[in-house]
Amino acid sequence: MSHMGRRFSGHRHLIRMAILFGIGTGSFLVARAAFMPEGFGLYGHYRPGALDENRSRPTRYAGQRACLECHADVGETRAAGAHAGVSCESCHGPLARHAADAPESKATIPGPRAVCLDCHTANRSKPRTFPQVVVEEHAPEGDCTACHRAHQPKVS
Amino acid sequence: MDQSRRAFLAGGTRLLVLSVPAAAAWDYVARGEASAAPDYQAASHWWAFTVDIDRCIGCGKCVRACKAENDVPAEPHTFRTWIERYAVDPLDPEHPRVESPNGGADGFADVAGSADVKTFFVPKLCNHCVDSPCVQVCPVGATFDSPDGVVLVDQQRCLGCRYCVQACPYGCRYIDPRTHTVDKCTLCYHRIARGLTTACCEVCPTAARVLGDLKDPKDPIHAFLRENRVLVLKPNLATGSKNYYKGLDGAVR
Repeated sequence: MSHMGRRFSGHRHLIRMAILFGIGTGSFLVARAAFMPEGFGLYGHYRPGALDENRSRPTRYAGQRACLECHADVGETRAAGAHAGVSCESCHGPLARHAADAPESKATIPGPRAVCLDCHTANRSKPRTFPQVVVEEHAPEGDCTACHRAHQPKVS
Repeated sequence: MDQSRRAFLAGGTRLLVLSVPAAAAWDYVARGEASAAPDYQAASHWWAFTVDIDRCIGCGKCVRACKAENDVPAEPHTFRTWIERYAVDPLDPEHPRVESPNGGADGFADVAGSADVKTFFVPKLCNHCVDSPCVQVCPVGATFDSPDGVVLVDQQRCLGCRYCVQACPYGCRYIDPRTHTVDKCTLCYHRIARGLTTACCEVCPTAARVLGDLKDPKDPIHAFLRENRVLVLKPNLATGSKNYYKGLDGAVR
């Protein structure tokens, strides 16, 4: 009975446990601070800074609004024709730099033929209502712009 | 004496309890880093995408514009968006012929075979699923759902373990050979945060692809979804895809 009492009377085993627990918790917290990026978990299971990194990349295409700020006249011409729904950069290519510092950075003028064929070459997979031509029959060579104006393509 | 101790303890407890949410709130305030799009409120948008199969002409402008805008490697296996051409033989409808030469970036040659073969284009891109398998498998939280419904990649966190590449049932992810991290369509997050549309939608000459904001009551996407019968890809997988296809054929996988 007496030796049983001695065995459970001391607190040293509890202290030892507490120290071990403390070391475990401490090293977990240190490792967590070292490996978790700042703010992780604030909005969800990700680093919130990644949102801004994804947002802050530069643009290459300026967008329709930017084009029409200066070229409203061309926009009006186009709006009256079949290409009303085609944006400027669809044919002219990416123009963010031109929009930012024209006239130093020139816009590209697409060629008079290849860019037209991109869309209007006949292909069975295209929707039947889309205007397309068998190039070999319609115009085996030469400039499309000889007959069609790019911004108002209908031959009048 | 007793009274004051009780008051002190009560006050202290209250302070302790209140300081936790206060500290959390301060975290939000203190994190005001300079932003490229400071006016963008992610919580007031919910982005979705519509594709009208009956308008796609397979010109490949979207594929080229996407590569140019997002600096995607020119390799013919790294695409954020690509076009597939389906050819369905009525005698063997279960085995459609699917092609995507260079992702459709250079357009398509005319399809060969019988005149009865049904053929059409299907543009594809990340579906920005609500319950994305790719987000669920990422072990480090590098792939995540943004508050406005876009699945994004944290390039600093990504280990390049490729779990997400395997998990995506739509094949929308690739490993960037320069960084060895994963990359994918961000729905041109840098553009939509600045009030622009995506590069692919910008250049699409037939408006076959249109970006929509489901939280904007004036967005035409509401009329599109209401007036057309639409489908998402692989609805049986319950990924919560937000790319709505009009005129999608049953042969499309």
